Amino acid sequence: MSAPFSPPSGKTGPHAAPSRDVHARPGGAVHAPPRTAKVLIALLRKELLVELRTLESIPGMSLFAVTTFVVFHFALNQDTVSGQEAAGILWVSLLFAAMLGINRLFVADADQGGFDGFLLAPVDHTALLIAKALALLAYLLVLELIAVPAFGLLLLGPPLGQALPGLLAPLALGDIGVAAIGTLIAALAVRTRARDLLGPLLALPLLVPIVIGCARASAPLFSATRPAGPPLRWLGTLALYDLVFGLIAYAVFDFLLED
Amino acid sequence: MRRPSLRALSIATILALCVSLSLVFFYAPIEVEEGFLQKIFYLHVPLAIVTLCGFVIGGLCAIAHLRTRDQRWDLRSYVFIHMSLIFGVAVLITGSIWARGSWGHWWVWSEPTLVSFLIVMLLYATYQPLRFAIEDPERQARYASVFAITAGAFVPMNFLAVRLSASYLHPRVLGSSSNLPAPMALTFLASIVAIALLFATLCAYELAAKRTRILLKARSRILGYQS
Repeated sequence: MSAPFSPPSGKTGPHAAPSRDVHARPGGAVHAPPRTAKVLIALLRKELLVELRTLESIPGMSLFAVTTFVVFHFALNQDTVSGQEAAGILWVSLLFAAMLGINRLFVADADQGGFDGFLLAPVDHTALLIAKALALLAYLLVLELIAVPAFGLLLLGPPLGQALPGLLAPLALGDIGVAAIGTLIAALAVRTRARDLLGPLLALPLLVPIVIGCARASAPLFSATRPAGPPLRWLGTLALYDLVFGLIAYAVFDFLLED
Repeated sequence: MRRPSLRALSIATILALCVSLSLVFFYAPIEVEEGFLQKIFYLHVPLAIVTLCGFVIGGLCAIAHLRTRDQRWDLRSYVFIHMSLIFGVAVLITGSIWARGSWGHWWVWSEPTLVSFLIVMLLYATYQPLRFAIEDPERQARYASVFAITAGAFVPMNFLAVRLSASYLHPRVLGSSSNLPAPMALTFLASIVAIALLFATLCAYELAAKRTRILLKARSRILGYQS
């Protein structure tokens, strides 16, 4: 990894398994490949550390979402929104902000040799997919911690407090889907000539069902007259979609990492 | 395995198209509610079915490519998806004409099948830009296969999601062939066979052209020509 990568601590490094020292070389490194969970933790730690030190994705995504709310205010010429309109504005803004994060997800690895370093390591390649997806999930959670209150403050007519408990389920399911599809598409697009263009073009149609599910599930929460809980039918559809595309990403990701 | 000859395939396609078109115009009865306009159903629906099958078969060929690493499977996957894209444009145009005729608008959002089809087309429209943005031929084939598998699985999922979201405002006209009167069902079946044959023939021609081009390139490389 070319990115800043602090030496592994005693807990996560390859030296942590004393029972394996039958295979240990004099230097202390072991022959047996490290367990996937350890690789996963190391990769995730590296992702979050890089993001904390460079602050490349999260501030940009959050600022973009808030700016989009302002743009919507002027474009619609409305001070407050409610119902399906509110759900649509929230999800379009979150989705486009997520696209910024998706586009940047693998750029450092592709440009600065991170892929090569990872491929040289004798570890399960799926760990990279899961670590990147978890990192993207974390970015999305931080984004929503900022964007959802900002949406309540700037645009939403009915009070945010009453909608918030019901909003957690669609937000979580939507985030999981965006993270799974986004990671796959980011890996697919990053080593092409026109990656900035191809990433969103590939991801948006694949994310349409998530927008449908999330917007429909959150619309009754934002109703000005008679707020209700999210319809279970939509949460079920979202969960099914997340599951299917999680499995597909898991199945095909290895083929993107062969050279 | 011997491939069916292009000439036999072409003749069969032309015959099937003639038979199905004569059935459409001279045998199938005029529908009571929609009148003559309903005849576009025998073109639009088979085209849509064949297109979607082409996308899914392209995905299956991509799975075969990733499993065997045989470049011929990638070629097949590419040709199926390419041809489906061309057929898909025809589906959107005929669907639009049908919508204009029966509902008065060129585009209706309440028809879930048409909307899903548009989303699928928007996704597959990025297949070629993605493919040709990668220089290395081996990686190009691999990435295109990954896309074809993902998109192939997206086709049924997307139809499910969009159908759920649609409120059935318009009655579905002849949505399934099970409740069709017998002459209409026969005509519909003949149309599906004809369109599927047309698809297969065009794919066979494109495959033959691509194989010939690859062969020519290899030969001229052996002979030392600059391509």
